Amino acid sequence: MSAPAVENQAAVAPRRTQGGLLDPKQLWRSTPDALRKLNPYTLWRNPVMFIVEVGSVFTTVLAIAHSTVFSWLITVWLWLTVIFANLAEAVAEGRGKAQAAALRRAKTDTMARRLLDWRPDAREPREELVPGPQLRQGDHVVVEAGQVIPGDGDVVEGIASVDESAITGESAPVIRESGGDRSAVTGGTKVLSDRIVVEITQKPGESFIDRMIALVEGANRQKTPNEIALNILLAALTFVFLLAVATLQPLAIFSKGVQAFAPNTQALDSHGITGIVLVSLVVCLIPTTIGALLSAIGIAGLDRLVQRNVLALSGRAVEAAGDVDTLLLDKTGTITLGNRQASEFIPVDAVPARELADAAQLSSLADQTPEGRSVVVFAKTEYGLRERSPGELQHAQWVPFTAQTRMSGVDLSEEGGGSNRQLRKGAATAVAEWVRSQGGTVPDQIGDIVDGISAVGGTPLVVGETVAGTARVLGVIHLKDVVKQGMRQRFDEMRRMGIRTVMITGDNPLTARAIAEEAGVDDFLAEARPEDKLALIKKEQEGGKLVAMTGDGTNDAPALAQADVGVAMNTGTSAAKEAGNMVDLDSDPTKLIEIVEIGKQLLITRGALTTFSIANDIAKYFAIIPAMFAAIYPGLDTLNIMRLHSPTSAILSAVIFNAIIIVLLIPLALRGVRYRPSSASGLLRRNLWIFGLGGIVAPFAGIKIIDLIIQFIPGIA
Amino acid sequence: MSDLTAGILFIVSMFVVLALVYVPLGDYMYRVVNRERHLRVERGIYKLIGVNPSGEQSWRAYARSVLAFSLISLLFLYLFQRVQNGLWLSLGFPAVAPDLSWNTAVSFVANTNWQAYSGESTMGHLVQMAGLAVQNFVSAAVGISVAMALIRGFSRKLTDQLGNFWVDLVRITLWILLPIAFISAIVLIAGGVVQNLSAGTDVQTIAGSTQHVTGGPVASQEAIKELGTNGGGFYNANSAHPFENPASWTNWLEVFLILLIPFSLPRTFGRMVGSNKQGYALLSAMAIMAIASVVLVNAFQGIHHGTVPMAVGAATEGTESRLGVYNSATFASATTLTSTGAVNSFHDSYTALGGAIPLASMMLGEVAPGGVGSGLYGILILAIITVFVAGLMVGRSPEYLGKKIGAREVKLASLYILTTPTLVLFGTGLAMALGGERASMLNTGAHGLSEVLYAFTSGANNNGSAFAGLSANTVWYNTAIGLAMLLGRFLPIVFVLGLAGSLARQKLVPESDGTLRTYQPLFVGMLVGVTLIVVLLTYLPALALGPLAEGVH
Repeated sequence: MSAPAVENQAAVAPRRTQGGLLDPKQLWRSTPDALRKLNPYTLWRNPVMFIVEVGSVFTTVLAIAHSTVFSWLITVWLWLTVIFANLAEAVAEGRGKAQAAALRRAKTDTMARRLLDWRPDAREPREELVPGPQLRQGDHVVVEAGQVIPGDGDVVEGIASVDESAITGESAPVIRESGGDRSAVTGGTKVLSDRIVVEITQKPGESFIDRMIALVEGANRQKTPNEIALNILLAALTFVFLLAVATLQPLAIFSKGVQAFAPNTQALDSHGITGIVLVSLVVCLIPTTIGALLSAIGIAGLDRLVQRNVLALSGRAVEAAGDVDTLLLDKTGTITLGNRQASEFIPVDAVPARELADAAQLSSLADQTPEGRSVVVFAKTEYGLRERSPGELQHAQWVPFTAQTRMSGVDLSEEGGGSNRQLRKGAATAVAEWVRSQGGTVPDQIGDIVDGISAVGGTPLVVGETVAGTARVLGVIHLKDVVKQGMRQRFDEMRRMGIRTVMITGDNPLTARAIAEEAGVDDFLAEARPEDKLALIKKEQEGGKLVAMTGDGTNDAPALAQADVGVAMNTGTSAAKEAGNMVDLDSDPTKLIEIVEIGKQLLITRGALTTFSIANDIAKYFAIIPAMFAAIYPGLDTLNIMRLHSPTSAILSAVIFNAIIIVLLIPLALRGVRYRPSSASGLLRRNLWIFGLGGIVAPFAGIKIIDLIIQFIPGIA
Repeated sequence: MSDLTAGILFIVSMFVVLALVYVPLGDYMYRVVNRERHLRVERGIYKLIGVNPSGEQSWRAYARSVLAFSLISLLFLYLFQRVQNGLWLSLGFPAVAPDLSWNTAVSFVANTNWQAYSGESTMGHLVQMAGLAVQNFVSAAVGISVAMALIRGFSRKLTDQLGNFWVDLVRITLWILLPIAFISAIVLIAGGVVQNLSAGTDVQTIAGSTQHVTGGPVASQEAIKELGTNGGGFYNANSAHPFENPASWTNWLEVFLILLIPFSLPRTFGRMVGSNKQGYALLSAMAIMAIASVVLVNAFQGIHHGTVPMAVGAATEGTESRLGVYNSATFASATTLTSTGAVNSFHDSYTALGGAIPLASMMLGEVAPGGVGSGLYGILILAIITVFVAGLMVGRSPEYLGKKIGAREVKLASLYILTTPTLVLFGTGLAMALGGERASMLNTGAHGLSEVLYAFTSGANNNGSAFAGLSANTVWYNTAIGLAMLLGRFLPIVFVLGLAGSLARQKLVPESDGTLRTYQPLFVGMLVGVTLIVVLLTYLPALALGPLAEGVH
């Protein structure tokens, strides 16, 4: 046998949330979409960019009326500013579109074999063929090997292996069966073997795939609460800068009138500041950088989840994930590996440890349960005992584990029917009984060891043997829950992020405490029933906390619905998937941690680019104010600390910088600001340095560099 | 002791004493506002005005009470001036003109105290005492009350009750403003400030001419003028007048009174939200900006390249020689940092940049430390905006003091921040576009522009100080600046109360390691940064054509 259970150990390698890189070709491919988005009817929903577009139209008219190199260059770059903003959104949407196309291919309308008057015990229900889209909730359909499941539902009869690669991208088939927590099937997936009856749970046209397509395409993407709030702030800033520039005109006319000797420039003449420069000033001051990238950041955030095979049914849920205070995690499969594993061999009565290991291995070879496999693996890794296959031992009679005997083992006989050796491994009471029945005695020591293991939450298995009619106990195998590697580190990170982790388990409090301590979770809920879970969530929420959890079973559904972030496993029941606000197609409960990180990253990216955008204004003032007014008040040239070449080159440089910075930041908007779990203060300090100070300094350098280049353009110098 | 040493000593001693009274006064105000029991004298007043003191108000009811009270005050003060000629102690002055009455009534009700008139030659003693001085008390109390309502929005949860405006108004007036003003008035009288009901005396001056010297209830008005960050002088010369501000030490006392309550309110705030650290954070942000302003005004007045300033060592023009350049500069800074607007020198005559700093101090939105109450709610609004941006940067939905800053909170905070710049810039732009109104400027060019910009900045920010120079007593300016003062005071108050209502309805989010620490230096620094960038950058183009055009060489 190969495939040791150890390969699960690497389950939680720390994977940081990063996105793909920006492909330049993607920019080019998205350009037609970006141009289509110039339509003012769609653009007005982004007030910042709408103002830029209106300004661009205005300067175009002015440039046509009064054609100069300067006015045309400004006009072109203002249009580019709008197009770059649209490009950011188009690129972000483009990624989703590719995914949607793949999903659409899976959504072939099939004919469904609807069963009339199906009942659980019905022998031969009548069958009729109807087109898939005509199925209603509550209909029953039969699907057999090779057929495509016509709609979302739960298996109510039978068991089948299903190819779900169309939605999960995972090629290995999965088992779907009636009754359990693995009953949900998705329309568009294919049954590979056997026959199942599915009860349809979807409404027509609202299948899981339909919703996925809508989601990844961002068709009815709604703004999230924070996005709405940020939009309000940006609109307010836009308004105030618009006002500052509009009211500047009478002041400028007055000032120019007073200093009548000053020459007219392309920025200021006796009619005041020229329209081109007024528009340039507005566009430079209003928060175009964040305005341009805001929707791309949101789309890319959802997309990052999709890339991790998580479907967020609302953007609101992604945002809430960043705010989570309490994380409820199921013990089994999330914190610990799915099954208990051998962790120690404890020999008794001077039995050599190696002998116990050998006996344990032999007695477990025929035990195909994960626990049995783990004994073999442990004997190999700890004692270097080569794994023997049942076939290489001749004259061996294997005794499989049964619920009645609660033991497994092997009867070995030497060639020719010589000395007999019997090995048994199993529950303490069962093996003790067996040893006594063979005439042996059970040392008192065993009772202490067994109690000791139980006390720390482990499961004791006793190994006994009979050689030539003498029965004795060799020792005890300590089976315990094995905490996945790296969990403690992740929980420490969570704690630094201010998130409390609570382990949910059906174990008794003693066992639960032992595992909770080993894994490093903050708290645990032992002997938990579904209603306890729900009560815990409600209690946390009453204290003002946001709770996230994962779940798969039907009885998890109320808790999933109650949680602020409920991640349903795709393998779970339809009820669970309906109740949660996210579905994990990989059915990996640890992914909750990544979801939280993506949520935080989304918010951080918005905040960081807002800070950057506002901080940029300082440098732009230093470029544009002297350019406008140094002609009438030469003293103001002191503010031209970048020593820009000329007023026109200064204004044009600021406008160009303002446009180019959008394109330069598209990759950051799509990828998200790098996030490492740390305290709030640490994050703020880091981001303030990079985006606050960087936002002040970068444009000084950027505008100067652009100015150095464009001063050679004839008509600008 | 040189002038410079005296000036530094003045500033240092001021901050030391303010630091000493921060805790006791802040705690005292906390106790006054939050006392459970109603005293007998309070109950008497409630009975008189027909208010049930134990009934609390929603934000709408609170706002209605504030607006109703202010409207009645406004109408009363308007009529008072209009009929003063028929009243006792009118000193024979005629009724005040309608536009000036409107302007003055708004000005005092809005805690602005912009004075388009000359006190000693316009208002009788009765109007000064029973009209203007009363508003000095109650308009200040209104500001503090609104701040208290906002703090309750933070400290309470799942309620729509924000306290009772009438209870707040009565208690703040009776137990905070009156006692301090009373004691200060006595001290000022001891220092030489006049307090009588004399109609004035004619005296022979040394030069042989006759001068009419007006007396009046000056000390009683002087104390609350500074304490309530009002600023309306009894005399036209305001605190430069020897009867209002006779000596160096009364000058110190006046600056102290100006800064006293605004700088102590963060303590009251910290106590009410249950975290004194939060109070210290706001105090630090206020103090950083205040110290910067004080140092800059002093520096620009002390170091100037002009011929005369070089010769005498500082820019003395426009300052009262009894008080000196530095103590005037510090007064100028204090009066504009708070929404006081009292003056002991003439900002119009300052050096270009020396005059720009008082202007910029007002443009900050009167938050460092700002007017009584209004400064606190102003900086809380800026803290909300800062928290919103900073909160996003730490990866959580922004929250301040356990309250989520969502769309509604950002909307109201944005509206607050938009109001004043809109009034200032729109008013200035309009005045500069109208040829007739430009004629009111004393100077032309950049300095004239500064005069107009200063007038609207002062009015909309409810400061009330004048750059001087501008002849503002015209129908147009009286009306326009009156509107700026009215809207600049009461629109923000409505937004603040709306915000308080929205915050109080929320539950309280417990603090975790992922929560932004709003009491750490990092946040204080960011709050100052946001205030400077968001608020001040709005005015930079206008400033460039005013003081900067003059002052940068």
